[in-house]
Amino acid sequence: MFSRAYKTAVTVPPLLWVTVFLLVPYLLMFAYSFWSVSPQQTIVHSWNLNNYSELLTKTVYWQTLLRSMWIAARVMLFSLLLGYPLAYFLSFYAGQRKDLLYQMVIIPLWVSYLVRAYAWKTILGSDGVFNTLLQYVHLTKHPLDFLLYSPFAVVLTLTHIYTPFTFLPIYAALEHIPRNLVEASHDLGATPAQTFWKVIFPLSIPGVLAGATFAFVLSLGDFLAPQLLGGPSGIMISNIVVSLFGAAYNWPLGAAISLAMLVIVVSLLVFSERLEKKWSFR
Amino acid sequence: MELPVSAQGTHLPRSRGLLLHAAAVFAFLYLPIAVLILYSFNGQGVGGFPPRNLTLDWYRILFADGPIWDAVLNSLQVAFAAMVIALAFGVPAGLALDRAEFPGKAAFRRLVLLPLILPGIITGLSLLMLFNLASVKLSLLTITLGHGTALISVATTEVFAGLQKLDRAQEEASLDLGANYWQTFWAITVPNLKLPIIGAALLIFTLSMDEIAVSFFLIGRDNTLPLEIWGRLRRGITPEINAVSTIIFMFSLVTIVLWYRLRMRAEGSVDVGGELIESTSVNTLSS
Amino acid sequence: MAKTFGRNAVLRNVSLEIAEGEFLTILGESGSGKTTLLRIVAGFETASSGELWMGSERLDHQPPYQRRVNTVFQSYALFPHLTVEENVAYGLRVAKRPEAEIAQRVAEALDKVKMTAHAKAKPSKISGGQQQRVALARALVNRPRLLLLDEPLSALDANLRRQMQVELKSLQREVGIAFVFVTHDQEEAMVMSDRIALLRSGELEQVATPREIYNRPATAYVAQFIGHTNLLKGEVKGGVVRCESLSWTASLPDGPALFSLRPEHIRLAGVGASSGVVRIRGRVLQQAFHGATELIRVDCGGLVLVARTASGSGALNEVELEFSASDAVVVRESPERN
Repeated sequence: MFSRAYKTAVTVPPLLWVTVFLLVPYLLMFAYSFWSVSPQQTIVHSWNLNNYSELLTKTVYWQTLLRSMWIAARVMLFSLLLGYPLAYFLSFYAGQRKDLLYQMVIIPLWVSYLVRAYAWKTILGSDGVFNTLLQYVHLTKHPLDFLLYSPFAVVLTLTHIYTPFTFLPIYAALEHIPRNLVEASHDLGATPAQTFWKVIFPLSIPGVLAGATFAFVLSLGDFLAPQLLGGPSGIMISNIVVSLFGAAYNWPLGAAISLAMLVIVVSLLVFSERLEKKWSFR
Repeated sequence: MELPVSAQGTHLPRSRGLLLHAAAVFAFLYLPIAVLILYSFNGQGVGGFPPRNLTLDWYRILFADGPIWDAVLNSLQVAFAAMVIALAFGVPAGLALDRAEFPGKAAFRRLVLLPLILPGIITGLSLLMLFNLASVKLSLLTITLGHGTALISVATTEVFAGLQKLDRAQEEASLDLGANYWQTFWAITVPNLKLPIIGAALLIFTLSMDEIAVSFFLIGRDNTLPLEIWGRLRRGITPEINAVSTIIFMFSLVTIVLWYRLRMRAEGSVDVGGELIESTSVNTLSS
Repeated sequence: MAKTFGRNAVLRNVSLEIAEGEFLTILGESGSGKTTLLRIVAGFETASSGELWMGSERLDHQPPYQRRVNTVFQSYALFPHLTVEENVAYGLRVAKRPEAEIAQRVAEALDKVKMTAHAKAKPSKISGGQQQRVALARALVNRPRLLLLDEPLSALDANLRRQMQVELKSLQREVGIAFVFVTHDQEEAMVMSDRIALLRSGELEQVATPREIYNRPATAYVAQFIGHTNLLKGEVKGGVVRCESLSWTASLPDGPALFSLRPEHIRLAGVGASSGVVRIRGRVLQQAFHGATELIRVDCGGLVLVARTASGSGALNEVELEFSASDAVVVRESPERN
């Protein structure tokens, strides 16, 4: 129905731009990961797998990677535990307040990441609000150390940031469930709890998968929260990459680690997508 | 059906547990921000409980702070330019995905969405490598290019969703009544895309203003606001940061309410980000 | 079973009794409140006032999952993530019946609705008519005391619909459970029901068997809603009814009266006169072919009558019509309700 000129006009410019500014850079990163850096701090364009072997053998690298995945897993879990019941409540129990409450959930999403991470920093510090509050009401005598500059702080902050992200697709999935299915289930004798596990939850799984994947993937690659709140024990893989592109000057190695992260992330996304298709009944 | 809608839409009995949980989650989401705002008025600075000596000092210092306002200006410029770029390429891309078939279409769709799902560091670093190779000096321009590219898919998704909702019959009716493709495009298609495009523009602007991960690697001499704040945080906390954070929060609040109202007008219901997120996982764009 | 309830705006003062094993149809236009009535019985809505009883058990305080009532939804509401078999087994599983019993009852139910071959299919893969049967099986397998059907045939095309009407009726006879069937299609109601309850704007116009409702409509609305009719406004004085140029004797009190005269009771005048027969001349305005019969609109000096005649009379122009005075049934007025 549309002329060829029209189609070309809308297709070519975006295609070109995206190739130059997206495809080529990713390919570059791919190439870099096989190169190495010379003692004189220049990039040597000789193709080898050194970076990858270093990634796999040097403890600090793969250990940090694993720790990052563990942190991301916990963020994913807590976000789901917080986000799902909230989505369920809004979708099925909120009635006329649904819209207002929905707005209230998404507002934090668009408030600056930095602002929120900073907020936690001021709360969790040894001089911070929480600690001084505890001392003020005489629950503790000394500030609690583990609150800040620890994996705990990172998980807490990232959970705070990604819970709304997790909430969104779950809520969307729940809203798509026709209400007459809930009625049919009740009609056939199932209590609300039984209805939830047998009908509602299975139909919401694609949303859960989407939200979980999002939370995990974005947490994995996060470097801001660890840098602000993680301390030495909370360093994540992206912090290492940042330093490799900064003071430690080893772009090829940094690229290799980034690529490893990319592979993990993309695999997860593909896997998640497959699962979602299997659980989608539309 | 002719039913009146009952109060809840369903007949489920109240659940106290769920209500409590929801309240707790809301508290969790808003408490830190509330603390931030509160302490921006605290005379003793950051931390300490309870807050004492309420004052507007920090705001006063903030307004006199030159570098911060420079950074704000920079951010605005970048956000605006990024918005233009993202729309200029994202809108046609949305149209292309909806109407044209071309080799690599599936790959293109995925590629365009990648910057949104991947951790920003990957996109930022790869662009850094590109600029390094092309010997382009890092500056606000490079940041703009980064933002614009990364946010194309926001425009694309919105436009695509808007097109899907557009009744094909309208365009066919226009052609049937004698208008050609270009006339139909401007008379029928574009007006229907007005709201999705404005919505996308608002979103892109907001995301760009807050963007750190990609900007981190592409920054030159001039800072954007988030990076300026970040720099100060590395050096130590000052209550001024609370003040500027509070202001940022207020702006975000206004923007998102505006955006929400816009979407309500467009569709009668809002599925914020749901479409965005759905399209990155379950293939809305492929259906 | 007895039910009594009223509700403002949607249902006013509705009192209905449903007998064991009967096929009752609740008939009405959209907006009449029929679906609301059904949902109240099922438990998805609560009445503003009144009570709901099943035998000696009071229902309206019970949530839907405790009532021995099952529903066949207008949209079928089959669970998309379960197979046909699993859908049918749902109610039994929830009730924690032993597996062997479930398997047997499900097989039986599927057989009754002729869906055994599709047991392992998912709802999205079967046709609308088939989905409807599954919905039926899913409801019946639980052996409820009452089955509610909310316009289950409205999405089917005409032929399939007629077929299903017959099947549903025989199924009901077979299982012996009371069916409450909601529809706006009066023909459907007549064909299937033991009794019809006609609902208008939230109030019952008449509750009677199909024959009675057709032959002895209680109000003008009933007469017009079910089948075709001619409404004649007349004035009674001294045992004589006068309506425009017509008049006949009737033992009725003086005053205005409204009559319903079905088209099939008006025929082309034959030869000879008989007592109790009213005759009138007129000009044919329209002649509509309906297969076995024809409907003719006749202008009888200002009064337009619709008559049903056998086909094959050829094109008619000036006719003389006649009807028996006893066929003009008195009906009540049906005032406007909002």
